[in-house]
Amino acid sequence: MLGTAVALSLIRELGPVLTALMVTGRAGSAITAEIGIMRITEQIDALETMALDPFKYLVSPKFIAAMISLPLLCAIFDVIGIYGGWLVGVKLLGVNPGAYFYEMENSVVWRDVYSGFVKSFSFGLIIAWIGCYKGYYAGHGAEGVSKATTESVVLTSVIILVWDYFLTSVLL
Amino acid sequence: MITMRNVHKSFGAQKVLDGLDLDIPDGKITAIIGPSGEGKSVLLKHLIGLLQPDSGSVEVDGESIIDLRRTELNRIREKFGMLFQNVALFDSMTVFENVAFPLEEKTSLSKEEIRGKVLSALEDVGLKNIEQKFPDELSGGMKKRVGLARAVVLNPKIILFDEPTTGLDPIIKRAIHQLIKDTHAKFGFTAVIVTHEIPDIFDVAQNVAMLFRGKILQHGTPDDIINSTDPAIRQFISGSLDGPIQMV
Amino acid sequence: MKMVKLELMVGIFMLIGILCLGYVSIKLGKVELFGGDFYSVTARFDSVSGLKPGARVEVAGVEVGKVDRIALDPKSGDQALAYLKINSGVKITDDVIASVRTSGIIGDKFIKLRPGGSEKMLNNNDMIRETESAIDIEELVSKFIHGNVD
Repeated sequence: MLGTAVALSLIRELGPVLTALMVTGRAGSAITAEIGIMRITEQIDALETMALDPFKYLVSPKFIAAMISLPLLCAIFDVIGIYGGWLVGVKLLGVNPGAYFYEMENSVVWRDVYSGFVKSFSFGLIIAWIGCYKGYYAGHGAEGVSKATTESVVLTSVIILVWDYFLTSVLL
Repeated sequence: MITMRNVHKSFGAQKVLDGLDLDIPDGKITAIIGPSGEGKSVLLKHLIGLLQPDSGSVEVDGESIIDLRRTELNRIREKFGMLFQNVALFDSMTVFENVAFPLEEKTSLSKEEIRGKVLSALEDVGLKNIEQKFPDELSGGMKKRVGLARAVVLNPKIILFDEPTTGLDPIIKRAIHQLIKDTHAKFGFTAVIVTHEIPDIFDVAQNVAMLFRGKILQHGTPDDIINSTDPAIRQFISGSLDGPIQMV
Repeated sequence: MKMVKLELMVGIFMLIGILCLGYVSIKLGKVELFGGDFYSVTARFDSVSGLKPGARVEVAGVEVGKVDRIALDPKSGDQALAYLKINSGVKITDDVIASVRTSGIIGDKFIKLRPGGSEKMLNNNDMIRETESAIDIEELVSKFIHGNVD
């Protein structure tokens, strides 16, 4: 049962959610801080006075990057997790290696994989969205940016968990 | 020609602009003076659509810029260059990239042409061999000059200066004023300068407008302002503590 | 130089990511990039209780294909149709007997094929005529307990 448990839990839930939470902490906060600082130092206004759309130059590249990189990171997470499970289960605890991979291949269906990637794709959207929004409407000064960053990370994490619950119930 | 008619703007309960009328003539340097916190920067941001008035009209060359769609507003903004109070250089780009940025985004010039233009713009403002530095490695005066280079590099029709000399030593201040005069003589743009520099600005500007209590108190040549009989203007120019302008 | 290094790292990341994506999708999700090396046959069962799409199809214990999907027979209304995908290298006679079996006591259901001695082979979209349904252990036990074993 080990292969089944590892593969299904990773591919359906842990992979997308944990990757998204890690990316939130690392990149979501950076997005908010970067855009927030550009806002308070009037760099966004400067873009506007040059007749350039700040959404085009600041926001949309981050959306595209998040939507591409999250599914890829999630796939890497899944694979490393599966081989980590193999290392512990097979090498340390002596589970039959054939059974580990055989069970896994038998129990995982395309629907699981697909729902995992749909999830991480939508989490990418959420991270970029909230990160940019909170940065763009950051308050005043360094404190405003720090507050915006905190709010962005907290809000993103909570919404990822809620949205994950929702997606699980719809997709599976 | 920029005209503002009966412009009102409040932030919460605080009235900043209160029925302001102002005409900014083409091809001249117009200075806007007035006490701190009277909304001079707010006025400047209305000219380029960064802020929208609560009521009243703002027209650039006969076209209203109120409630425009972004594409329309951007078309009008292409006439403008702006130098911000804190310069607002893109701090993750080098000086060269900062000045090159408008050229790369708004023109289809080759890399070589852009390089030539950027270097000559930096030379015009008296900066050499700093292209590869980042903005936070520069002094305040150098940043202002880079900002000026960025504002003029596209050859805009109108340039807005938001306190271009605040926080600089007297010599650099003089140099920046001279720079504005020289580049104006060279390119003939319309300039709007928000400033506190009394009396230096009377040397630079061809028109001076005094903003007080949300209205333009007087608008005329520097001589008109210097010889004004208005008590608020007299007090502002002489820097006296007694008069209608009260510090709180 | 800094830019080149960054782009190299992004490229490596993309490559690893796409490899992992491919591994998870193809190996575990069983996406078929080349759909050509199967032919499909249909078998009608009285009950396929416990059988799932993706279950193994075996001949003599060797996996030769998979259950593609399961549906209710629209004609009879009380029988199940199992669509099987058989590897194209495997020949199956037209008098084959398909039965739903269980591997182990709680293990998964699979389909066991027992080819007969016919000369004719099954082609794409043919029907397997002889089938044995899933053995319902619960039913067996209850029959045993209530004593009316045939």
